[in-house]
Amino acid sequence: MPILEVQNLSKSYRQLRGESTHAIGNITCQVEAGEFVSFVGPSGCGKTTLLMSIAGLIEPTSGQVIVKGRAVKGPPPDLVLVFQEYNKSLFAWRTILGNVRFGLEARGVRSSRSESRTRDLIELVGLKGFEKHYPWELSGGMQQRVAIARALAYEPEVLLMDEPFGSLDALTRLDLEDTLLRVWAELKTTILFITHDIEEAIYLSDRIWVLSGRPSQIIQELSIDFPRPRNQVETRAEARFMILRNEIYRQIGHAS
Amino acid sequence: MNMRESKLNGIVFVFVLMIAWELAARLHWVNPLIVPPLSRIFASFGTLVASGDIPLQILASMKRAVVGYILAAAVFIPLGIFMGLFDYCHRALEVAIEMLRPIPPPAVIPVALLFFGLEDEMKIFVIFFSCAWPILLNTLDGVKNIDRLLMNTARTFGLSRVRTIWQVVLPACSPHIMTGLRVSLPITLILVVISEMVGSTDGIGYFILDSQRRFKIPQMYGGMLALAVLGYALNLLFNLAHRSLLSWHWGMLRKEGR
Amino acid sequence: MNGVKQFNWIGWLVLAALLCLWEYGARSSPKLQYYFPPVSQILYALGQLIISGRIAAHLLATISRFLEGYMLAALLAVSMGVFLGYFRFAYSLLETLIEFLRPMPSVAIVPVAVLALGIGDAMIVAVTIYASVWPMLVNTIDGVRRIEPILIDTARTFGLGRWAILWRVVLPGASPYIVTGLRISLSIALILVTTAEMIAGSRGLGFFILDQERSFNSRNMYAGIIVVAALGYALNRLFLALENKTLRWQRGMVAGGSV
Repeated sequence: MPILEVQNLSKSYRQLRGESTHAIGNITCQVEAGEFVSFVGPSGCGKTTLLMSIAGLIEPTSGQVIVKGRAVKGPPPDLVLVFQEYNKSLFAWRTILGNVRFGLEARGVRSSRSESRTRDLIELVGLKGFEKHYPWELSGGMQQRVAIARALAYEPEVLLMDEPFGSLDALTRLDLEDTLLRVWAELKTTILFITHDIEEAIYLSDRIWVLSGRPSQIIQELSIDFPRPRNQVETRAEARFMILRNEIYRQIGHAS
Repeated sequence: MNMRESKLNGIVFVFVLMIAWELAARLHWVNPLIVPPLSRIFASFGTLVASGDIPLQILASMKRAVVGYILAAAVFIPLGIFMGLFDYCHRALEVAIEMLRPIPPPAVIPVALLFFGLEDEMKIFVIFFSCAWPILLNTLDGVKNIDRLLMNTARTFGLSRVRTIWQVVLPACSPHIMTGLRVSLPITLILVVISEMVGSTDGIGYFILDSQRRFKIPQMYGGMLALAVLGYALNLLFNLAHRSLLSWHWGMLRKEGR
Repeated sequence: MNGVKQFNWIGWLVLAALLCLWEYGARSSPKLQYYFPPVSQILYALGQLIISGRIAAHLLATISRFLEGYMLAALLAVSMGVFLGYFRFAYSLLETLIEFLRPMPSVAIVPVAVLALGIGDAMIVAVTIYASVWPMLVNTIDGVRRIEPILIDTARTFGLGRWAILWRVVLPGASPYIVTGLRISLSIALILVTTAEMIAGSRGLGFFILDQERSFNSRNMYAGIIVVAALGYALNRLFLALENKTLRWQRGMVAGGSV
């Protein structure tokens, strides 16, 4: 049984003047446990709305989301969303340690056990030594790592990520992509990733869904079968990488 | 001119003024009854501090001030949070609050006298009323300003309502709450002095006015000096508290150069 | 939230409910009537005071002292503030003094004022000026100091003279801060006037309210509080209206160096 199912999901907003904005058209897809899947689409196509609906933070207009066999009505317990704006999502009043520990606290883990687990996660995302720092003392990339570590501390079965590397510079982005893959390989979480960066999606994912512009629909589903562990130089140098990239680029160009 | 030179200028100037004061009083350029020599004032101050007179009065005032301040915080911070989270509550109380806000705090003193006479409760009531609005409105402001994303973060981690308030809302608006408390500090001091001048039998405010009425002028100035020192000390204490309780915020402000 | 302001029905209802509670509670318990006279009686007393002109005399006294104190303080504080903000040396001299005097609550000056000026208008205006000057002064200095030196240099290269620079660059540039100081001092001035009237006055709203309490006339006391609250409200609205008018004037000018 797939760990996550989206069935005929659609979302439209009623504007002030009475017109509706159709954010999501009709989305149906399934995700198996342990997969790394991505949604790619043009800006403003409703990707964030889609993810927020899956995360149970927004109520869909129609359709449903099923996580581990149960329909989603509000944030499901085995799922966590990592936001794009990490600086607004992190807790400014907690240290890095405190922020990551929050994930465990939210899970209900006793504090005696949490210390070592928290430190392990901080090390896993590459922030060893910064435990006592506050978020404002860290760079953007480091802050996003904290957000990821915090989400992982919660030990979700499904991790949703809303363009998490979107506001970071190119080199930091590559670094974090690898960190994420490393973490994913170790923890075997299911990851649902959205991005507008086609190459990033190809590099990271097992499967990709290409979204159209508003109202977003799935134009195509692609399987990415490059071997793992992936490598920024070798994987991206493969001939098929560019072919896939161009294919997706063309699709998005048509549809938006 | 750098900071040090500037500070030096300032200190030298103060000294010059002090000497001028002393001379003016001794040479009768000003009426020494109204403006006694600085030396006499300091002497009086020293005696009164040593004898415990002034400290006692300050203690009496502080007792009332602290109770009023803490009471106001204990009532209006939770109320502000409640009003901030539940819009119905906000709108329901909004009009009543706007009606009470324009009342200048001293105008409440006769009411307090009516209820409590010259007792401590009178001053506590006045301080409670005066600190209400800064604390309430700043707390409210803080809650309203919490980014939606932060609340969504709490939701995605499956936090209950209560835990969200305790672990996210409260810390997130603590800088605003601090502002409200900071603004209320001088207000507390001012009103404890006023209420003591209008209706009291002890306290530093009463002491200053009483000294004037008995024509013990150096003593009066001594009381004012004590009051200035008190104000300065309270500010220092508050900053210390701010730094230790909200060290994360303190650090952020420093980074911004504030 | 959208910008449409809806009329706050709930708020007014709640207020009305509270007032009814007060009225009912006061009428049903004669003992309570002394502390909480029924709202209707307070309003009646208020009406009487207005009609008889009795409150008018006190109101006028308070207003005149307030205006005198506030205006003079503004004149003094803004001019001194601009001067000190402009001339670093002068400010460096006075900075320490200001830091020493600031923590002392301005009300402590009342006994000194009574000593020097006796009881009366002069004393009340004097303490009002003293207290109101501080926020205006500090904020004005701050505002002037924050003006980018580049702006002044720019004005200079355009051949603007000293006074022109002051009028067309410094004041507009510092005006947000100056206005903040003026706004803070608005409530402070009213506080000091009422306080001084209570401690050593023979006329004025502050005196009236206290006097009525001492005469065991709680209805008139509350009525007086309503009047002084209305005064405070009116002053605030007036200030906002004036502020909006001057802001419009400012928008047409060269933007100042502040946010």
